[in-house]
Amino acid sequence: MKPRHKRIALIVGGLVSLGIAATLVLSSFQSNLVFFFTPTQIAAGEAPKERPFRVGGLVKSGSLQRDGITAHFVVTDTAKDIPVSYTGILPDLFREGKGVVAQGKLGADGGFVASEVLAKHDENYMPPEAKHAVDQAQNTAKTLK
Amino acid sequence: MKNSQMNWYKYASPQNFYPLAGRLWPWFAAAGAAFALAGLWIGFFVAPTDAQQGEGYRIIFVHVPASWMSMFIYVVMAFWAGLGLAFNTRLSGMMASALAPTGALFTFIALWTGALWGKPMWGAWWVWDARLTSELILLFLYLGFLALQAAIDDPRRADRAGAVLALVGVVNVPIIYFSVKWWNTLHQGASVSLTKAPAMAHTMLWGMLLMALAFWMYSIATALARVRCIILEREGHNEWAKHELE
Repeated sequence: MKPRHKRIALIVGGLVSLGIAATLVLSSFQSNLVFFFTPTQIAAGEAPKERPFRVGGLVKSGSLQRDGITAHFVVTDTAKDIPVSYTGILPDLFREGKGVVAQGKLGADGGFVASEVLAKHDENYMPPEAKHAVDQAQNTAKTLK
Repeated sequence: MKNSQMNWYKYASPQNFYPLAGRLWPWFAAAGAAFALAGLWIGFFVAPTDAQQGEGYRIIFVHVPASWMSMFIYVVMAFWAGLGLAFNTRLSGMMASALAPTGALFTFIALWTGALWGKPMWGAWWVWDARLTSELILLFLYLGFLALQAAIDDPRRADRAGAVLALVGVVNVPIIYFSVKWWNTLHQGASVSLTKAPAMAHTMLWGMLLMALAFWMYSIATALARVRCIILEREGHNEWAKHELE
C-alpha cells in the first residue's frame, strides 16, 4: 500500500464513520429538534405541560375572532383542533386557512395562550391570476364530490 | 487521448495554472455581470407579483441562489481540500483557501436576506429552527476554516489542518438541505428540486436560475483571481513568480 492510498483510505474511512455518527446523533435528536408540535401531538399529550412550546398548523377557516387587540382562533391539522388566544399584532401573512406557528403555554382550560405568533407560508409561488384559477378548480372539484 | 490527458495534468502545477487563471477570470466576471443584469431585470420587471406574499417575495432572487452557492461552494472546497490531503498536491489546498471567503460571503448573504424576508412574512427576524440554525453553523464552519488557516504560519500545515476541518464540516451540508424535510421547521420546503416539478411560475423560476448562474460565474471569477494571489504569495521565491511580479 502506497502512503497515498493509505491517506485516501483514512479520509474515506473517517468520512464514513463521521457520517454514521452524525446519522445516529440526529436520529436520536429526532424528537427534540421539532420546531413545533401539531394539534394531534398535543391531544396525545406529547407536548410539555409546564414549559412553553410552539404549536403549528393551519388557522381554521371562520375561527378568527377579535376581542380588542386579543385574537382568538383555532389551529388545526385537519385531524385535531386547538383554540389559541393571542394579544398583540398578527403578522401580515396571518390568514384563515394558512399556516401558523404560535409560541406559548397551555392554559388551565386546555386552550393555548400564545406570546408570539409567526406565519408559516408554503413553497408555492404564483401570480394572483394563477392562484385564482387554482382556487376555482379546487372549489369545482369540491362541489363535484 | 494520451496527449489531452497530459495537457490537463499540466495545470495542476501552480506555475502553469497562474496564467490560465489570469486569462479565464475576466470572462467569468463578465458573464456573471451579464447574467446578474438579466436575472435582476426579470426579477424586478418581468416576474409577476406573488399571490400570497405580494412584492416582498422578490428577495427570493437573491436569497435562494445565495443559499445554494453557500452549500455548493462548501462541498467544492471540501473536495479540493480532501484532494490536497490525499495526493499532496499544492494547488488543491490553494483552491480550497481561495473558495472559502466567497462561500462565507454567500452564507452571510443567505442569512441576512433571510432575516429581511422573515420579518415581514413570518413576523420574526430569526427563529431557532433546524434550517436556520444549520445554515448559521455553516457560516461558523467557513469562519473557522479561515481562522484556522490564518493561525498556522506554514502554508502546507495550514492546508492540512483546514482540510480536516472542511471534511468534517461536510456532514452539515445534507443536514441543511434536508432539514425542512426531516423536521417541523418554520422555513418552507424546497420550491425547486431535482425530484419534482418546480412550485413556481415560469418567469419567477427563470429569474432565479439566471441569478444562480450569475452567482456561479462570480464565484468562479473571484476564486480564480484569489488563487492567483495565493500562488504568488506562496511561490514568490521562485524565478517565474519573481518575473511575474516585476
